[in-house]
Amino acid sequence: MEKILFLVHTDGGPLSKGALQALGAASGLGGELVVGLAGVSTQAAADSIATCGAARFLAVDGEAFAQPRYATDAAAAEALCRVSEATVVIAPSTSRWARALPGVAARLHGAVDTHVTSLGADLSATRWFYRQRMEGTLTRTQRPWMLLLEADCAAAWNGAAGSATAEQVPMAAVPTRTTVQGLQDSKTDEQTIRPEANLLFVAGAGWTKKQADGAIHTDQAEQLILGFLRASQASLGGSKSLVDLSGEGQAVLRCMSHLNQVGQTGSTPRHPKGLSTCCHGEEPHVVGWRFINDRRAVNMDANCGWARGKADVVYVADAFAVMAIVNRMLGG
Amino acid sequence: MSQPFHIVVCGSIVPDPLQMLEPVTGAAGPALKNEMMLPAVLDPWAAHALFEAAHLAAKHAGSKVWLVSLGPKAKLQQVMLTVAQKVPFELVALDGPASGFCDSLATAQVLADAVAGIPALNRDRLLLFGGWESASRGAGSTMQIVAERLGISEQFQGVDQLTVREDGSMEILERVEGGRHLVSVCSAPPAAFGWATGHLPEPRNNPQVGMTNMKTIMPALQRAKASAVAADGLRFAAVNVPKLQRQTRVVKDMPPEEIARELVAWIREK
Repeated sequence: MEKILFLVHTDGGPLSKGALQALGAASGLGGELVVGLAGVSTQAAADSIATCGAARFLAVDGEAFAQPRYATDAAAAEALCRVSEATVVIAPSTSRWARALPGVAARLHGAVDTHVTSLGADLSATRWFYRQRMEGTLTRTQRPWMLLLEADCAAAWNGAAGSATAEQVPMAAVPTRTTVQGLQDSKTDEQTIRPEANLLFVAGAGWTKKQADGAIHTDQAEQLILGFLRASQASLGGSKSLVDLSGEGQAVLRCMSHLNQVGQTGSTPRHPKGLSTCCHGEEPHVVGWRFINDRRAVNMDANCGWARGKADVVYVADAFAVMAIVNRMLGG
Repeated sequence: MSQPFHIVVCGSIVPDPLQMLEPVTGAAGPALKNEMMLPAVLDPWAAHALFEAAHLAAKHAGSKVWLVSLGPKAKLQQVMLTVAQKVPFELVALDGPASGFCDSLATAQVLADAVAGIPALNRDRLLLFGGWESASRGAGSTMQIVAERLGISEQFQGVDQLTVREDGSMEILERVEGGRHLVSVCSAPPAAFGWATGHLPEPRNNPQVGMTNMKTIMPALQRAKASAVAADGLRFAAVNVPKLQRQTRVVKDMPPEEIARELVAWIREK
């Protein structure tokens, strides 16, 4: 029987949705479950999942583990893996674990798979290859096997809180030359990336091109886009051609940075709905759409890659005109 | 006075993003159909890493950039004809697979051995660069394992900016959740950086740089060692391209007011 370690970092509060989903996946595998927590103070998080059926709760507490940093995160994860003697490690795919766990797998002579989108009862893992263009199902015999589960790919564990007795795993001071200074918002004026949003709004390069009157209206485009984001609380994505414009000295949208880029060399965010506007692209770039369930597009070209066969509805219309009215109706 | 860096960039080749890709299964596991025929490019994030490395090296006199690249020798040669014109570097070529289905652990082992074997590499001044993910495997795990194998414990992933400060320490911006950056300071090399896009545009082709690079690239390709990348215990049950084609409802000649009303109703649906 596999010994399964659910690995999570905590900031002292309740666990995130992604962490609870990873716990749901881990507890559904049927092996002996061990919970491993790392953070400045882990007791509250341990209590919140006390009834998850874990045979043991292990914890690494301390100020050093409060901040995301490779050296300390890897040391904590390594200690938890060693003490638990886990053969399979399930963790949510956070930037923190994605940075640290591959190195831990190397230290433990194990294997690692990231961006896992499903876990079978037979311990088969599914993930995407070639930038979300093909999906593979794989198994491994090498142990320990670390799997980082993507968000919204499993049902979240939903049990009662209780009182967990967590065993503290002793840790020596971790030598590091890295000091974490804190978080910085992107260089755009406004926060436009909202991973939890119900809607992804994808803006294409058409917003910065000549319109029907023969002129470019980037200021108006920016106002419309930002107005829509404020009114709808959508997350903003951009096509590669749009975010690349800044490097080519062309008219740019100030609200858009490379962090917004979706598609082949950008991100493939997960949202229930997606609305693309003024987008034009070939199929490989449209992988930014892949994990959007319900898709609509406003485009002058009904045959573009973002529309025909990819969207559920495409409105052949001027996005400037449509979005101005949408904003008015939404009160933006 | 700034100290020079020895910057090693790990980066391989991937199929040109505009190519249609189709998986096939052979005796050795999954691969791409006609893989050797597909036009290739330097992996986009590794390319960003290379451009950032050259930019950094240019600002610190005495610095040097190596590009360690694992891929089929013939394909590497094709891609290097273009890449060589961008920025100065010395190639360390490894003749082996560049498939997205190769295991990152096995790949990392080959890369780490190659980095460790670079003559005249000052490991105390080493900055290990690479893409934070590849456009083939997309694992985001290879660079961490290479760094571990080289004993580098200061690691950063999703890096968009690296600034060397006057005291020699490095300020790093890493992408984290919510479109934000984590700001860290690393006091000194060695360190490893998995680059996201950074902020530099792609350099223009420079034939002079190309000619200088090619003097070392061709010999490097000739002496490229055959490198086996074997993953024990990894088995693919299936690899498929999703076939889902949506029945798109194309709405033409609808007034903007009506489209907007339909969209607002759709947005407000739970």
